[in-house]
Parts: sequence; C-alpha cells; structure tokens
Amino acid sequence: MNDEAMTAPTPASSPGPDVSPPRTSPEEVARLSQPRRSAKEWIGIIAVAIGMIVIVVYCLLPFYWMVVSSLRLPSMGRSTDFLPRPVSFENFAGVFSAQNNFGRALLNSVIVSTATTLLTLVLGIIASYALARLRFALKGLVLAVIISTSMFPGVIMLVPLLKMFTGRYVWFPFDWLNTYQALILPSLSFALPLCVWNLTAFFRQLPVELEQAAMVDGCTPGQAFRKVILPLAAPGVFTTAIITFIAVWNEFMIALTFGSATEMNTATVAISKFTGVTGFDTPYGTIMAAGVIVTVPLVIVVLIFQRRIVAGLTAGGVK
Amino acid sequence: MSDTDIRQSGNADPARPAKRKKNALSDGQGRLAAILLSPTMVVIVVIVGIPLLLSLREAFFGVREQTNPDTGRISKYEYFAGLDNFTRIFSNPTPVIGNFGQMDRLVNSFINTSLFTIICVGLETVIGVAMALIMAKAFRGRAFVRAGILVPWAVPTIVSAMMWNLIFNEAGVMNKVIGQHILWTADGLPLFWAVVIADVWKTAPFIGLLTLAGLQTIPAEVYEAAKVDGANAWQSFLRITLPMVKPALVVAVLFRTLDTMRMFDLVVGLGGFGKYSAETMSIFAYLEATQGRYGPAAAYAIILFLFIVLVSFLFVKFLGADVINDEETAAIRAQRKRRKAGRATRSPVRRTITSGDLP
Repeated sequence: MNDEAMTAPTPASSPGPDVSPPRTSPEEVARLSQPRRSAKEWIGIIAVAIGMIVIVVYCLLPFYWMVVSSLRLPSMGRSTDFLPRPVSFENFAGVFSAQNNFGRALLNSVIVSTATTLLTLVLGIIASYALARLRFALKGLVLAVIISTSMFPGVIMLVPLLKMFTGRYVWFPFDWLNTYQALILPSLSFALPLCVWNLTAFFRQLPVELEQAAMVDGCTPGQAFRKVILPLAAPGVFTTAIITFIAVWNEFMIALTFGSATEMNTATVAISKFTGVTGFDTPYGTIMAAGVIVTVPLVIVVLIFQRRIVAGLTAGGVK
Repeated sequence: MSDTDIRQSGNADPARPAKRKKNALSDGQGRLAAILLSPTMVVIVVIVGIPLLLSLREAFFGVREQTNPDTGRISKYEYFAGLDNFTRIFSNPTPVIGNFGQMDRLVNSFINTSLFTIICVGLETVIGVAMALIMAKAFRGRAFVRAGILVPWAVPTIVSAMMWNLIFNEAGVMNKVIGQHILWTADGLPLFWAVVIADVWKTAPFIGLLTLAGLQTIPAEVYEAAKVDGANAWQSFLRITLPMVKPALVVAVLFRTLDTMRMFDLVVGLGGFGKYSAETMSIFAYLEATQGRYGPAAAYAIILFLFIVLVSFLFVKFLGADVINDEETAAIRAQRKRRKAGRATRSPVRRTITSGDLP
C-alpha cells in the first residue's frame, strides 16, 4: 500500500531532467489517512475488550451477589439462586426498623467522613505543596514523620485514647467517649498522611515551569499556586478527596471503640451489630441490604468525581 | 533559567552586604514552608505523637489488684512492670493451634500477619497493574470500567467481609460453584485463603486506580518514539511504563502493605474473633485491650509498630528510595557540602521559589 503510493508517481517524473517530488492523488491521501488495522492490532483490540469485561466481572460479581441477596425474601437469605425469586424489598424496610437505628448511623457516618475529609484537604493541600515545591532544611525529617504516621497501626491508639477519653488521665478532664470529636480526631491520624502523601506525589508530577512561567508573567508565588497549580491539580485533589472520604467512611476499629453507644454508631459499626429477629440466625438479607445502602452514596460520589478525573487527566494540560 | 539566576545574583551580590544563610538553596523558603507545614505537623504530633508516647508508657506498666485490709474493697493500682509485657512470650506463653501447629499466640498472629501481607500485596500489585494497563489501552468504555473498578474499593471493608462471609458460607455460592463442602469460615486454613481472596478482590482496584492515574501522565509520544526505535511491547513496558509509573505505584503498594499489616475488620467480619488460623496482631492486641489487659495490649501494638517500621524501612530503601529521599533534600545536602569545601568562592543563590532545576 505504502509502496504503491511512493512508487507510482516516480515513472511519470523520471523522464524530466529535474526530479519533482512524488505526488499522491487525493484519493490516495484519503485512503492513507484512514486508520488501517492489521490482524495483529485487531487481536490487541479484542484482547483489551475481553480484559475490560474480565475486570468488570471480577469487580462486580461479588457485589452483584450482595445486591441479589438483598433483594430476596428475608427467609431466603442464604439461597444460591442467581436471580432473586421473588424480588422483595422487605430487607430494605428491615434495615430501617427501629431496633437497628440505621438512619442515625448513616447520618453519623456522613458527618464524620465529611468533616475529616475537609479538614485533611485544607491541611493537606498546603502541606503537600510545600513538600513538593519548597526547599527547606528539615524536609527529610518532615517526610519521615508523615510516612511514619501512616505506618502507625491504629490499634496502638486504642489504649491511650480510651483512657484519655474516659477521663483516666488527670490532665485530660473531658469525657469524649461517644462524641463526634472522638471519632473525627483519631481518624485524622490515618487520613491526613494518606492525603498529604497522595497530593505530594501529584504535585511533584506537575512541571515546575508552570509556576515559573506564571511568575515571569507577574504572578506572586501565591497567585501562581492559586491560579495555575490548583486548577491543574484539581484531578489529583479530587482523587485524593475520594480516597480520603472512603477511607474514613470504611473505618471500623476507631468507630467501634470510641462510638460504642448506639446513637453514636457509624454505619459500618451498625451493620456489624445487626441481629436477626430471632437473635440466632444471621440476617444476611438485612446485612446485604444495609451494605447496598452504605455503598450507594459512595458510588454516587465516585460517579460525580469521575467525570472531573477523566476530563482532568486525559486533557492533561501538562504534556 | 539557571543562567539568569546566576546573572541576577551576580548583580545583586555587591550591592548587598554578605548575609550568610544557613541553607544556601532555601533562600527564605524555610519560613514559608514552616508556615504551610505547621498546621499538619501540629495535628500529627497531637493526634499521633502523644498517644504513641502514652502507649509506650502503658507497655511498661501492669495492673495489680489490691485488697484494702480495713475495708475489704478491692482496688486496682498500676505498677512498673519493666519488660514483663514483652517477655511474656517466653515466661508465660499462650499456646494456640494455628496454621502451622501449636505455638504461642503472639508468634502465631505474627506469622499470620506476615503471610497475609506478602501474599495479598503480591497478588494485588500484579492484578492492579494489569487492570491499569488494560484500562489505559482501551479505546472506549474506560469510564464505565473505571466506575466498575471503583465498586469493590468503595465497599466498606466490614460490608465486604459480611458479603464474603455469605459467599463463603458452608451452604453458600462458593461451595456450590466449586462443588465442594469446605468450611471456609470455620477455624482453619480455608479461612486464611478466604481472607486472602476477599482482600485481593477489594484492594487490587485501589492499586489499579493509582497506577492508571500515573499511566495517564505518560505522553503517547514516548511510546511512539520507542516504537520507531524498534522496541516491542514488553520492552516499552519495562523501560517506559514501569519507570514512569513507579512513583505512583510505589506509593500505592506502600500504603497497601502498611494497611494489610494492620488488617483487622476483614478478618473480624469474615471469621469473627478468636479464629487462630487468621488472627492478626491487630486483632490480638485489640482483644487484649478490650479485656482490660492494657499493658500487654500496648506491648503487642508496639511490637506490630516496630515490625511495620522495619518493613517500611526496607521498602523505602530497596523499592523506592525517592519516596522519602526526594532529590531536593539530597541537593541541599550536596550544596552544603560544596559550600564547606570551597568557602572562598560564593556559590550563586537561587531566589525563585520554585527553582526545580538542580545544581
């Protein structure tokens, strides 16, 4: 194909004394500009498509099982049919029955996760910008402290914080057990390093020339950060916000320990405490329905941010 | 860029009296950095530093009960126990039967934690990178698949544990599909593997997501150039994709490793407390704490912490030195050394806030 295009005009121009460049006819240009896919490329495309399907099935099949199980009759919790027969929403009604106190638990989860995410983002954006861009003497130490914080196993905090919040230390005369601050503040211990670390990696990927150009054009460093870096970093910030929010939303041990009173349970703790009507049989249907309810807000959040992530990352702006 | 810097500083130097700066490269950035970083550092010290110190203190104390001879009431008092909480493994072992026969409960939980970490993180990394590569290659449907990939990761761990508990129920769908009657959720090796499967399902997409974000910052031209130079797919994966995606991937894998080492809620939701074949150190320490044995609980938590510190150190040292030792820190050190060596010639001072090009 290519050869034809190249060689065809050559005989025509060969008799002349000066060799003019080979010309291709408009039809040939049109033909060449069309993407041509060899058999090998087709195999690649099909392989990728199969891979995509495998990924989706891998990710969604267990989740599908949860949804299906939530749609069964409460008495058919452990059925292995792949479709619920008959479809029933009784489990969803059961989730919000008074004994489970699930509505309040959802509200608690929203309050704790949102507050923690906003706090970490405000602190994390400025801190990670400093870590990614500025030069200062103790940077190595600061990075080490932050990464050590993220290593921190949450179980270490249980003993001291439990003693602290129940007023066993003289210097901490507050009874904080079963308060929002007792859920939010310990959550910062894992959310903040996660946020700072992700954002620092992201800020480092943005070329420094962007700010330099902005400052050559007369921006102050602060303006360069606000008007150039922040808009470009938006995808990274949103990714980080999602990761942080979900990490806090999914937290179990802190919520179980410091929010043990029923009215301060978060959704995850409430689900783990679900009991059946009889008290002996695990109410799988109700638990699965609650799981679906807890996951739906996250999926909505993810879908809202998804567009911005895709737009931001693929448009790039920083090629 | 660096030319103009040198010229500017050359012009400015004679006019200004020589003012020694502690850090040649920082040029006033130290104060700004302190302002920007101090809120985060204060929070970290208060939220993490103080509990850590208190926990260290608790680890060296024990509780004894004392009967008051006059009133006959029992009162508890704390005493300094020294290393007793740590040496309990030798002096007063609690034998349990785990996956590898009878051993001390702490040793058993330590082995379980290590094995979970190695197996889960290894599988997750491979699957996650594969997912990211497939998604990056796709022409269409990427948004759809990414929404799907986010589902396992968005499901709370305790919910996913309950979900897998149902799937792995002895009358559940897993046994139906493979046609076996394995008691997955009872104490035994199947429970260990059930936890591995559930963990990999939930967190491989996390690695895939972060890797994909890194992949998409690689310009297509780099691949085209490599293709022109005759690189095959495997070569461009090894020489372009992996190095360029490494910063994002290392962070993701590091966080996954640390997270798996403190695994708690997945095992609790899937198997429940007290199943020695899947008991991790976090669970053991949690049980000790909730049963009022604060000293041993703090001691075990600190052992876990030291284990995590060690693994992270090895990780950073051998897998991604640039995670902590970022190049600017190294540059500052090198610059200082150079200054010390040749004090006679003053090195040019950079004065842009963002001078990224290194000496």
